[in-house]
Amino acid sequence: MDYFMEQVINGLQLGLVYALIALGYTMVYGIVKLINFAHGDVFMVGAFIGYFGFSSWGLPWPLAILVSALCCACLGMLIERIAYRPLRYATRIVALISAIGVSFFLEYFCSLKFMFGPNYRVVQRPFDEVYWSIGGVTISNIQVLIFCTAVCMLVGLQYLVMRTKMGAAMRTVSFDHDTARLMGVNVDRTISFTFGIGAALAAVGGVLYAIAYPQIWTFMGIMPGLKAFTAAVLGGIGLIPGAMLGALIMGQAEVMTAAFISSQLRDAIAFSILILVLLVRPCGILGKTQPEKV
Amino acid sequence: MSLLKAENLGINFGGLKAVSNFNLEIQSGEIVGLIGPNGAGKTTVFNLITGYFSPSTGTMAFEGHPLNGRKPYQICQLGIGRTFQNIRLFGQNTVLDNVRVAFHPRTRYWIIDAFLRTPRFMAEEARITEQAEELLDTLGLLPRAYDRAASLPYGAQRRLEIARAIACQPKLLLLDEPAAGMNPSEVRDLVQLVKFVKEKFDLTVLLIEHQMGLVMNVCERLVVMDFGVTISEGLPHEVREDPKVLSAYLGKGAVA
Amino acid sequence: MGVKDGKRILIYIVGVILVYAVIKMLAVTGVFNPYWQRILDQAMIMTIGALGLSIIFGISGQFSIGHAAFFGIGAYSAGLVTKSLGGDIFTFLLALAVGTFMAGLVAFLIGLPVLRLTSDYLGIATLGFGIIMKVGFDNANKVIPEMGGATGMTGIPQVANFEWIFLFCIISIILARNFVQSGHGRACMALREDEVAANVVGINIFRYKVLAFVFGCSLAGLAGALYAHRYPFLHPTNFDFLPSIDFLIIVVLGGMGSLTGTIVTAIAWVFLLEGLRAILGTTFLEWRGVIYALILISVILIRRQGLFGNKEYGFLAPVVRRKEARNVTTES
Repeated sequence: MDYFMEQVINGLQLGLVYALIALGYTMVYGIVKLINFAHGDVFMVGAFIGYFGFSSWGLPWPLAILVSALCCACLGMLIERIAYRPLRYATRIVALISAIGVSFFLEYFCSLKFMFGPNYRVVQRPFDEVYWSIGGVTISNIQVLIFCTAVCMLVGLQYLVMRTKMGAAMRTVSFDHDTARLMGVNVDRTISFTFGIGAALAAVGGVLYAIAYPQIWTFMGIMPGLKAFTAAVLGGIGLIPGAMLGALIMGQAEVMTAAFISSQLRDAIAFSILILVLLVRPCGILGKTQPEKV
Repeated sequence: MSLLKAENLGINFGGLKAVSNFNLEIQSGEIVGLIGPNGAGKTTVFNLITGYFSPSTGTMAFEGHPLNGRKPYQICQLGIGRTFQNIRLFGQNTVLDNVRVAFHPRTRYWIIDAFLRTPRFMAEEARITEQAEELLDTLGLLPRAYDRAASLPYGAQRRLEIARAIACQPKLLLLDEPAAGMNPSEVRDLVQLVKFVKEKFDLTVLLIEHQMGLVMNVCERLVVMDFGVTISEGLPHEVREDPKVLSAYLGKGAVA
Repeated sequence: MGVKDGKRILIYIVGVILVYAVIKMLAVTGVFNPYWQRILDQAMIMTIGALGLSIIFGISGQFSIGHAAFFGIGAYSAGLVTKSLGGDIFTFLLALAVGTFMAGLVAFLIGLPVLRLTSDYLGIATLGFGIIMKVGFDNANKVIPEMGGATGMTGIPQVANFEWIFLFCIISIILARNFVQSGHGRACMALREDEVAANVVGINIFRYKVLAFVFGCSLAGLAGALYAHRYPFLHPTNFDFLPSIDFLIIVVLGGMGSLTGTIVTAIAWVFLLEGLRAILGTTFLEWRGVIYALILISVILIRRQGLFGNKEYGFLAPVVRRKEARNVTTES
């Protein structure tokens, strides 16, 4: 039973990291209907910058997270400006291919020797891992850190989207670009801002991931990126609570499969759940199907 | 036996009664107009007849075949063709292919014939192409047969949509606001066209329209809807003088 | 069939023979060394697989990011046949048939539920299927030891030579073109453009989605079966998410809905990747991925409609026979 509870907590840890990535996917998708394939690689860049921050540059780790988030926010906006904005009114598949191109670029460029290099790096944690036992269940300080950060980020994001002027602009743009423009919303700046926020969240996720699973390399973003996107779809893409819910389910599914069935089958089970859910709810758990107007 | 018979038809969208207790009977060879103010439920009736929505109450039958529970493509194959209020062509396909695809359900070759280009395939394709070209010629679209449908001017797109519906070889043709967005001279041509294709292809027509000029000119009988129910029915001049219609629809004295 | 058609067909046959002769000549004179022959074979195999995705996505509009999984199913099932029955020519042909059939069968079984989804949801579901298949290939040795699992499958006879691959590439092109230019192909293109309208003109849209998916995936299976007998070491990573993305890139870069574009891009793409390897040499090899990514981004930014738009050329273009209007009844 304790073993089970520990697995639940491990699943929560993984799920929350996925959630931080999934939020960026879902925000960008909500606003420009683009699967931002490069998002997983921004996560990777975030992990590396954070790692350099607290190991090479000697920054205190909270500051390293902040620096990483800021750098990645700029990177996210830059990517949007160069690779997506020119294609905003092209078909969506074209923008997707551009996103794939950016993804490859980040992966290969960062693998160059003068960048991060092609090899795995072992992350020296900036603080020691401490375990607490609460009612027979062991919890580490890293898990607490991830939990607190993720919850703060989620609440902050929900506040940003629902209560601020920028959030209102984001919601308007996600509804219709042209109408938003007529209402006086600066569409370009709003989209840029969304990419920045999404990338910053991914960077935070990246640094936390590097601390929790202390091994990083330049292709580390692909699978978490895919799974986070899958999580966003599972919950209902475009919806912030959906991304959170989907990510938690993905995290649990993976950890539970690894713990109780077979670690080799974890991806298969996670994606089987996705397909089954989509067959029952074609727009995700919280998503609403809109009948096409005839 | 009537061609189309709808009895007590009704559908709700989340509590809103879009159509309720709707009755309609169309005899073979008629041109019937379905009119009413915006939001009266006219297009919803079309969507019910063509199988896009399934009714919450009531039954529909076409030549005695019940329509309830049938898919749109099955209803088309029974002999009901339709056009859309906001033109829905296959934009990137050629004008010819837009029409030829409507012949497909009645094509007599297997996919293996297509892969191997058997004589049967070649003969059928020649026949379909011939018929499609003839139809396009009838509607004045043949010169643009190899252009993409999306590149046609608006009026020609409307005609192509009618051509495509006729290519389904329907007995009943449903036209959803065929004159929307047309100027008076185009509307006059459209009136001619509707009458012409009705005779040539031996069709029964049910049309939704806002432009009273067209309705009064073309239709032999009118059904007036408001708020999802039939409020009047009869010959054009009768309907025109019905006080219920006047108050609901023509109330502001804007009769053309 | 008129004299004109006969002439056209003759020209195409002569064209194919010429292409074959030129390649053979280049190979014999040594301009095309075995390394480049190998790349050419790979390019043709990619062409067959990409044509499959072009049918599914470009022609019928069904978004699939799991195409390489069907390529893998074809490769493994065909490989199993020859590995256990031997490498003579009849077994080889049987293996190709089995590979094609298995990919089509799985596509049918998966397509029935999954093709009810639309656009990105369909894409994600197929992507999920691709990853599930990858896990399947990784662990296949637990059920069928011959399949090798995560260490890869070996022992398949290397019997697919240039002639075979060339032959099947031509056959695939002809089949794809005949499909697109038939009533079935038109139905698929119609549902790509507007599912509601296709339904209303009597097209059972779901049936044609499944048809296009099964046909496209069968082509991927055929390509995989050829691959297994040309490069007889099969590893699950060859049929992973990234190869699926490769197929997708080829179809979109070539131009959605253009078989011509798919063929040209598939060949150009394989040669580009290998060409970069040759040009950069060992010193700059690590830049290959970077340059490749930059080329990809720039091409899509410059030509968003793809290299060929949705146009077809030569053999693949539909025959246009303009007729004089005779009978204009309405205003023009």
